Amino acid sequence: MRLSKRSAALVASGLSGAMLLSACGGGDDDGGSASGGGEGGSFSIYIGEPENPLIPGNTNETEGGQVVDSLWTGLVEYDPDNNEAVYTGVAESIESDDQQTWTVTLKDGWTFHDGSPVNAQSFIDAWNYVAYSPNAQGNSYFFANIAGYENLQAPTDPATGEPTGEPPAATEMSGLRIIDDLTFEVELATPYAQWPTTTGYTAFFPMPQVFFDDVEAFGEQPVGNGPFQAEEPFVPGQGITLTRYEEYGGERPANADAVEYRVYTEINTAYTDLQGGSLDIVDQVPPDAIASVAEEFGDRYIENPRGDITSLGFPTYDARFADPNVRKAFSMAIDREAITEAIFLGTRTPAASFVSPVVNGYREDACDVCELNVEEANRLLDEAGFDRSQPVDLWFNAGAGHEEWMQAIGNQLRENLGVEYQLRGDLQFAEYLPLQDAQGMTGPFRSGWIMDYPVMENFLGPLYSTSALPPGGSNSVFYSNPAFDQALAEGNAADTDEAAIEAYQTAEDILISDLPAAPLFYGVIQGAHSEDVTNVVIDAFGRIDAAAVEVVQ
Amino acid sequence: MGRYVARRLLLTIPVLIGASFLIFAMVYALPGDPIRALAGDRPLSPAVQAALRDEYNLDDPLWLQYAKYVWGLLQLDFGTDFSGREVWDIIERRLPVTAKLALAAVIFEALIGLAAGILAGIRRGSFFDNLVLVTTTLIVSIPVFVLGFVAQYLFGLRIPIFPTSGIRDGWYSYLLPGLVLASLSLAYVARLTRTSLAENLRQDYVRTARAKGLKPSVVIGKHTLRNSLIPVVTFIGADIGALMGGAIVTETIFNIPGLGRAVYDAVLRQEGAVVVGIVTLFVFFYIFFNLVVDILYALLDPRIRYD
Repeated sequence: MRLSKRSAALVASGLSGAMLLSACGGGDDDGGSASGGGEGGSFSIYIGEPENPLIPGNTNETEGGQVVDSLWTGLVEYDPDNNEAVYTGVAESIESDDQQTWTVTLKDGWTFHDGSPVNAQSFIDAWNYVAYSPNAQGNSYFFANIAGYENLQAPTDPATGEPTGEPPAATEMSGLRIIDDLTFEVELATPYAQWPTTTGYTAFFPMPQVFFDDVEAFGEQPVGNGPFQAEEPFVPGQGITLTRYEEYGGERPANADAVEYRVYTEINTAYTDLQGGSLDIVDQVPPDAIASVAEEFGDRYIENPRGDITSLGFPTYDARFADPNVRKAFSMAIDREAITEAIFLGTRTPAASFVSPVVNGYREDACDVCELNVEEANRLLDEAGFDRSQPVDLWFNAGAGHEEWMQAIGNQLRENLGVEYQLRGDLQFAEYLPLQDAQGMTGPFRSGWIMDYPVMENFLGPLYSTSALPPGGSNSVFYSNPAFDQALAEGNAADTDEAAIEAYQTAEDILISDLPAAPLFYGVIQGAHSEDVTNVVIDAFGRIDAAAVEVVQ
Repeated sequence: MGRYVARRLLLTIPVLIGASFLIFAMVYALPGDPIRALAGDRPLSPAVQAALRDEYNLDDPLWLQYAKYVWGLLQLDFGTDFSGREVWDIIERRLPVTAKLALAAVIFEALIGLAAGILAGIRRGSFFDNLVLVTTTLIVSIPVFVLGFVAQYLFGLRIPIFPTSGIRDGWYSYLLPGLVLASLSLAYVARLTRTSLAENLRQDYVRTARAKGLKPSVVIGKHTLRNSLIPVVTFIGADIGALMGGAIVTETIFNIPGLGRAVYDAVLRQEGAVVVGIVTLFVFFYIFFNLVVDILYALLDPRIRYD
């Protein structure tokens, strides 16, 4: 039961900035004993209900990820300005001569919130646990490129793809080797020069011994190594309050004494609370407030590009869309600018590349067929002999707000190409995704991707490489081109960043000439905060750096 | 009376078994693959998917899944949701919240609804009667989510006398959502009471009572009201059952972590154990409160006997 837009507008509209000056009470300041200086205080952040227990290996959505990120610090961290990996995390260095065998050296002195040390074993045990398929951890696939990963997967029948019921052959990846207490070696199955950058992601966080003793209890009240610690368990439906970890090993300890992550089921309610002063930070804005939020919050409004992309995937397995020229024609018939302005009100930006602007190697105008060019589009479509009398199906998953813009795309196709369309947006994810995996899309479909780590390759390999074909991967357009795979592999094995990016750009060019999907938009993160906090930074993952937030006393 | 209650309670057992199986079958019949939906746009390796399916018995046929579920129930194991959280934990945590909200709503419903209805019924055609008529019509015709947002905006934000959301202020937090939740039923109760009272006031026995020279308060309070309240009590009783079933819209607007929202999310995620556990509980509440209503009849109307 989604709440209607009109009703929410009653709340959002007509609010003047002046009335916000009233009422700053309401907010609970439990745990907020100021500790002198410019530090201390407590604040609250909006989150949605996390989908899983707060275990890094099983957290791959932003809600739980927000909390997990405050509780942990990984091997590397990402610079919020340019999204490059910086060694302010647990790793002193991650080095390799051949881009395949990496030596990770840890800094001394890091501890978990229970006092136990963070050492090489904490990483290796955690990674093996996540990779081991019977543990059913959602982030398991992040370790797929470590040597020996396949031996931790329950065997499947090669003919049917069904599991045979046998346990995996091993419980530890052969590619992980301990050198000493603070050093370990990671051997990858194939060279990957960007590997160090990936280790800042949630999946790679270390785990203390208490986790393996009682996984269930741990998920309620996790013990990490981050700037904040959980002194009380997470309360489903309500949230969790974290307090500053005084023994934090990193360079940037938390400024505030405590942060409350408060669970809301509806962003509208959180926004109302922010307006009323009982909530401090939101990292989303309800659709009805998008037009007014910038004016209402002034310099307390935050806008930042999100590391994601929305594309129109083509069923390359469908005879109608097998010809790249048809796909290019469709891409050139879409006026992305008009849709981002009229429907998204600037909360998306038009895409002319397969990668997001937040990563290194992005080229503003990489895709020449991603701009409106009606004449050329029609020429290509004629050349390909496309049957315009048959309507095309436009697929998207239901209940996620895709109908409006898909319809706009349909209208543009009708107007610019003279092709009728039919919206196929009745299926929820539970039906939509299996259909996608089974090559059931009968026309162009919505395809979304949020980056796992800020590397150009992450926008290419997982979506379009041969090894990412379903059911194991997200290559739902069923694109497979050896030249593309080869270029990616070259980039992965390159020994300098420049060489890697060059190869990735070559791969992207191949993708553009084949155009298995038409890049459409990039996301924009919108957030706002109360007058009680400053220094609120939201990164390209949409996560708030809770440690950096300062409470105005 | 005791035998009657016992018989009714015994009857709930087959009803609960039937209801739980039906709900289980309905969740089972939902199309699609819940495990694939969990992963969303991201890849989920076949081995991990297989492990999850196995954990939640999703590959078994319906009867076996249900048998395993009931077998668990017999060992007081209510199953878990897809994130491994115990269903019993969910109920334990959310039931008090839903109960408090329902109680707040019922109190408003009974107090305001009855008072307005009685006054309007006694003074038919008066200004107050018309006022009740107009306001209840208005309330009935406004969808609850509009009412909720308006109330939240007015009394939470504009005139901040109530918290805008959440349950952090204890009982006080339940007042505004309770009132919003009660609004619709409150209007019904008022009108039902009014009509019922007005009708009974024309009855012969009331005229007789008046003719005997009884005080108006006794005529209305003791003789008329007792008869007039039977339909109202039926309504409120059934309503408690419904209110205990959670209020998705109100819970969502005011961010109240009750059962309604939990079961709604569970349906979307096709978490059979959660849906069945909670909805069966709803069925039980409904039966229970209807039983209470039936017993109340006997107290209100001496003509009704159960033995």
